[in-house]
Amino acid sequence: MSTSFLRMEGICKNFGGVKALRNVDFEVNTGEIHCLAGENGCGKSTLIKIVSGAHQATSGTIFINGLEEKKLTPIASIKRGIQVIYQDFAIFPNLTVAENIAMNSALMQGKKRMNWKAARTLAVEAMSKIGAHMDPDILVERLSVSNRQMVAICRAIMNDAKLLILDEPTTALTHHEVSMLYDILRKLKAKGMAIVIVNHKLDEIYEIADRLTILRNGENVATGPLKEFTRSRFVHCMTGREIVDNLYIPEPSSEVILEVKSLGREGAFKDVSFTLEKGDVLGITGLLGSGRGEIGDALFGIHPSEEGSIFLNGKPINIRSIQDATTHRIGYVPEDRLTQGLFLTRSIMDNTVAASIEKYFVKGRLDEAKMDEVTWEWIRRIGCVASDSKAPIRTLSGGNAQKMVIAKWMNINPSILILNGPTVGVDIGSKSDIHKILHEFAHAGVGVIIISDDLSELYYNCNKLVVMEGGLSSGVIMTNTLREEELASLLHGNSLEN
Amino acid sequence: MRSNIAKLATTNEAIVAYTIVALSMAIGIINPAFREFSTVITLSRAMLITLIFAVLQMMVIVSGGIDVSFPAIACFSSYATLRLMLSFDIDSVFFFYAVAGLMGVCFGLGNAFLIAKMELPALIATLGVSSVANGATLAFLGTREYSNIPEGVDQLSRSFLFSFTNSGGITFQMTSLILIPLILLVLAYLLLHHTMLGRGIYAIGGDRFAARIAGFNVIRIQFFIYMVAGFLASVGGVTFTILMRQGSPQNLMGSEMMVIAAVVVGGTRITGGHGTVFGTLLGVLLIAIVQNNLIMVGVPTHFQSFVVGLIIVLGTGITSIRAKRVANSSKV
Repeated sequence: MSTSFLRMEGICKNFGGVKALRNVDFEVNTGEIHCLAGENGCGKSTLIKIVSGAHQATSGTIFINGLEEKKLTPIASIKRGIQVIYQDFAIFPNLTVAENIAMNSALMQGKKRMNWKAARTLAVEAMSKIGAHMDPDILVERLSVSNRQMVAICRAIMNDAKLLILDEPTTALTHHEVSMLYDILRKLKAKGMAIVIVNHKLDEIYEIADRLTILRNGENVATGPLKEFTRSRFVHCMTGREIVDNLYIPEPSSEVILEVKSLGREGAFKDVSFTLEKGDVLGITGLLGSGRGEIGDALFGIHPSEEGSIFLNGKPINIRSIQDATTHRIGYVPEDRLTQGLFLTRSIMDNTVAASIEKYFVKGRLDEAKMDEVTWEWIRRIGCVASDSKAPIRTLSGGNAQKMVIAKWMNINPSILILNGPTVGVDIGSKSDIHKILHEFAHAGVGVIIISDDLSELYYNCNKLVVMEGGLSSGVIMTNTLREEELASLLHGNSLEN
Repeated sequence: MRSNIAKLATTNEAIVAYTIVALSMAIGIINPAFREFSTVITLSRAMLITLIFAVLQMMVIVSGGIDVSFPAIACFSSYATLRLMLSFDIDSVFFFYAVAGLMGVCFGLGNAFLIAKMELPALIATLGVSSVANGATLAFLGTREYSNIPEGVDQLSRSFLFSFTNSGGITFQMTSLILIPLILLVLAYLLLHHTMLGRGIYAIGGDRFAARIAGFNVIRIQFFIYMVAGFLASVGGVTFTILMRQGSPQNLMGSEMMVIAAVVVGGTRITGGHGTVFGTLLGVLLIAIVQNNLIMVGVPTHFQSFVVGLIIVLGTGITSIRAKRVANSSKV
């Protein structure tokens, strides 16, 4: 019988005048996987930080193992067995696996000497607990994201963890890696550990969670066993509005915008062909490293293709560099918007006009008024929540920032818009907004290409699909001939032959 | 097992070692004099001071910082202490090292305060301290060079571990001062590899934020590093004074670039987090051979800076290409 490990009652947290949490109740039992869901800015991370001791609640009571914790400090939290794995894992890329795993507990025990042998033994022991196999002497910088996460988990369970909190653990993982992670979490759960996963991806939550707590605007809107939540109730609780996924079906057209013939680049992909007709939304998918992202890179000239040909509106074009791509009005929303898609410290306006700045360069000066006008036009049109066009763009939430990246490229009046992982780290509400925007653009004649591994995103938004595997393409598949489950097995390379 | 050997054969250290072996063979073939044992003695003498500075620089760079103030600190503390000793008639090796060392620690404290507390970029902070120290030397201590080192201290420069007479009848003597960098190398290895403090230096060089979460006292570690660096800078300065039998306010200025180059050629990544004591030793050795022995094969002096520059560009190029390849390589 599972007992309550952590119980929080009536938690409030104010930052200045802002009420981040309002009267939140939250309970986690031993031996359960509890999912904490909610859109960006709903108070999830604040709640986690209170549990980890990084923040103090303004009011409310916290019980751990039935005992009230008057003042939960970070050290006290760790001593009670609470471990948080942050999104960036906070591990050392320049140290070995063994050191990373053993370091924290050695520091906690106040050790002065580095005992390499003990570190190795501990690491191997921790890895065997979760069924991971890594060379303890390898440097972490050589590990994949998923294995780095394993290292972080090993390090957390080293310290006799009773409650493991994972902050958006699946953002950077492929499907296969997610299921590996879930196997491990189930193992830990079977050993009686309480696990909290912060996530807002619906499919993943249904796969793993026992219970669910949904926060919205700092309030607990629903808690309960997963089976009490239908998908529509879940989405409704998260967003406060009804969101229905509809299959995207374009109006038939024979006007070809883009044609790609046996495109290839040594070591990345080869013999990729597809056509994009007016109104089409093409999805390119596959596992990480299958060549899906590289096709986008080739079309935008980041790593140009070496063979094959590209036709834009019937004319053959050559894309050897990013300049070539922008000359042909091809826009690219990169996978990592924070480092590649945005000038984080510059204003929303600067970011919006960044790709089309020459339009506003009149008589040797920049037409600021026009730039501002255009920015506001996009903010309205694209449904971005922003109060000031001059505010730095990093003040926007992930979803809103992503909308502005799309606006930046739409402002060049693109012929083709390529989006690599357009909704990674974006909450459900904004995600649905972004999809709606993309449909509109496709409808207006922009060739939209979505590179993604989010199944339902592909299924509901693309009418054509190219599945990549090991650099080879499946050919073009029409999504309306598939069911969502068939797509899933396609993605895992199961039935590529059929 | 085989993969271990393959791994060892392609480390940064191994590549520098190959270069040293190849270069030595080339010089040795053209000029047989290089093959004599006397080369070891002359090279040791040439490397002595650089090695002391390289050890401190390596630790600073591993921690994610850089220190360009050590030549100025070395000059100030050794020159000031020497003048103190001359004016008060103090003749003690211990006094020389201890007082100069203390001054070095104070300068290091200044560096640490600016870098760890004020969070200034290390390059800017140490440039500033360097300028302050050098300016103070010239403004308050004068520019005179002293060759009247106190007798007891001066004796150390005439203390030798062993001597060797070559075929031409010239006697080479191995100075006892070589023990200082050798002991330092061992201590640095033990510190960096076998203490939590040492691993903390790597940890903050890898990810400062993660180090804080893991429970390292980042600020304390940085204070430790820069204070040790200041101390070692002074040790280098004093040793240089004794070795050269001359106290000068300026002699070491400008040596920082060559030291940083030797450290980086030895496989320490300028971005922090990676570097070994052994690699540093090899880096210093390589630069020393180029600087001192190319003349033996008839390479003109002005050409040597060209070759040193080339080695720096190639050496750092290889390190950074390797780092990039690791970043892009398929992960396990």
